[in-house]
Amino acid sequence: MGYPHAPHPRETTVLSKYFGDRDAIGLDGWRKRGGYVAFEKALGMTPAEIVGVVKDSGLRGRGGAGFPTGLKWSFMKPGDGKPHYLCCNADESEPGTFKDREIMRWTPHALIEGCAIGAYAIGAETAYIYIRGEFTEPLERMEAAVREARAAGVIGPNAMGTGKRVDVWVHKGAGAYICGEETALMNSLEGRRGNPRIKPPFPAVAGVFGQPTTINNVETLAAVPHILNNGAEWYKKMARADNPKSTGTKLWSVCGNIARPGNYEVEMGFPFKDFLYDLCGGPPPGRKFKAVIPGGSSVPIMNMEEAEAALMDYEGMVAKGSMLGSAGCIVIDDAQCMVKQIARLARFYAHESCAQCTQCREGTAWATKIMERIEAGEGTMADLDTLLEIGDNMTGKTICVLSDSCAVPIASGIQKWRDEFEAHIKGKRCPFRAAAAA
Amino acid sequence: MAMSKEMGGTHAESHDTHGGAEHAHGEPHEPVFVGERRKQLDELLTRYPTKMAVLLPALWMVQEDRGWVSEAGMAEVAEVLSLTPAYVKGVVTFYTMYHQHPVGKHFIQVCTTSPCNVCGAEDVVHAFLEHTKCGELGVTSEDGKFTVIEVECLGACGFATPVMINSDFIESVTPEKVPDLLSKLT
Ligand SMILES: Cc1cc2nc3c(=O)[nH]c(=O)nc-3n(C[C@H](O)[C@H](O)[C@H](O)COP(=O)(O)O)c2cc1C
Ligand code: FES
Repeated sequence: MGYPHAPHPRETTVLSKYFGDRDAIGLDGWRKRGGYVAFEKALGMTPAEIVGVVKDSGLRGRGGAGFPTGLKWSFMKPGDGKPHYLCCNADESEPGTFKDREIMRWTPHALIEGCAIGAYAIGAETAYIYIRGEFTEPLERMEAAVREARAAGVIGPNAMGTGKRVDVWVHKGAGAYICGEETALMNSLEGRRGNPRIKPPFPAVAGVFGQPTTINNVETLAAVPHILNNGAEWYKKMARADNPKSTGTKLWSVCGNIARPGNYEVEMGFPFKDFLYDLCGGPPPGRKFKAVIPGGSSVPIMNMEEAEAALMDYEGMVAKGSMLGSAGCIVIDDAQCMVKQIARLARFYAHESCAQCTQCREGTAWATKIMERIEAGEGTMADLDTLLEIGDNMTGKTICVLSDSCAVPIASGIQKWRDEFEAHIKGKRCPFRAAAAA
Repeated sequence: MAMSKEMGGTHAESHDTHGGAEHAHGEPHEPVFVGERRKQLDELLTRYPTKMAVLLPALWMVQEDRGWVSEAGMAEVAEVLSLTPAYVKGVVTFYTMYHQHPVGKHFIQVCTTSPCNVCGAEDVVHAFLEHTKCGELGVTSEDGKFTVIEVECLGACGFATPVMINSDFIESVTPEKVPDLLSKLT
């Protein structure tokens, strides 16, 4: 559903079907809606069979990178004598993204079920759900749901009476965007500073507590019960006829300057133009769209020509110069100053840099200074070249991609809205601010 | 983290706090991990293969009970988890949500990252600064009641502007709603 709005007829509500439905939050209500049937089914299958179904479905990671989930699970070797762990990434801090929050608020048991199936499939007895500390309500609902599921014997030392141990625990973060990066998340969970780790070793070899680990996003795991219940074929069909690489439904968070912000669930390959104008209601009255960042703040910014021609799947977004990322769609209208907003994004990355790698620590701070200088009307034309050069030095050179993510919107901005940058420099002030003051 | 003070970073931990003097540094520390809290800690320890993994949850307990995490609080956590105080401090300083100084009774965090920014989040910040009489970001009001800070994306961008007041998460705040919100806080 277009939560907080009624579902649009063109949505396909699988994960979001019960958003806004208070009765779906508790265990009884969830069971009445088909909850834990998939987990029961899974416990009757071998881990390899489950991994096979997930592979066949084409499910890919919803946290940002789009890595095939079944393949990721197949790197884990149940029965190798080591403790295995599943970490559910509920750090959701990528600006523009707020879909995992709704999954946890409205359907906490859907996530527990996904975690339980995932844990069993990778040979883990323990799953940790790492939730950002600011998500006070999702934290409460998830903790209550875990208590309920344990008390009912759904999870715990004797899950569903099968004698198998499947523990699911909620772990509260403490404010750091970087802890959404999977290796930083593992460090944070271990009680360390949330610095990303150098890979290899990859998490499947040596992850949290030095043991084989799989990390998956909330939405990825919440999709798994539906795939087990309805089959891989059902999931695979929700795709463009000419693109089998992106399958299933996808939750899109929509925010910024748009008539109906909120979460929407559509099948892979949905036309972006229809999405923005029909489902989300187009721009606010009297305004025009100027730019869209389709996949969270870390992906290239699209102009409207690109956005209106794009299809909403992993490949469709790449074909139009951006990425699906975390599907946090930020819409910017013609009353906004691109320089100001890009400067604000740069400041976000500077604030959130863990400061471990020089290129990121220095680059994000330096780029922010220059962007803010330009925005204040104190920039020079040479600053544009400096920004691009700093961006080059911030890309592909660090332990994680936070640094790259800071360079991306700046490069898109200078490339696609150069006129706005030049107007600030030549006019020695922000033209938008000047217009507002007039 | 990386953003330095001269750039006007929005860290909770970098704020100078006026007011709240009754929590002055160096006051004798009442142990947190006794009775019910100790039981909770012991239960948490069963969930992880290492003691260190309970560090973030233990720091949360200290903050919940004391309002902030003092050096003495860090030392107690270090003691119960067999860590060194220096190690604990290293972790505390990484995360923005642990207060290393006392803050106002109502700690107000307003998101101003781009998605909220294009919806007018800066006006919401100004409204809070004006109506709380804090005047400046990170400065506690004279009566010790309020501290207002800007924060990065709260993960609720479709409900601009989200504001956290202590652990309450409030969606769709506009400048007009600020006086009413504040009047409910005692
Ligand atoms: C700086 C940074 C922040 C990230 N934040 C998140 C996040 O908040 N949530 C998330 O699920 N993945 C996030 N990721 C991606 C994770 O590293 C990881 O790819 C993902 O959790 C894997 O799960 P998936 O395969 O199910 O997508 C982030 C990555 C980076 C580099
Ligand atoms: S940008 Fe304000 S909540 Fe995400």
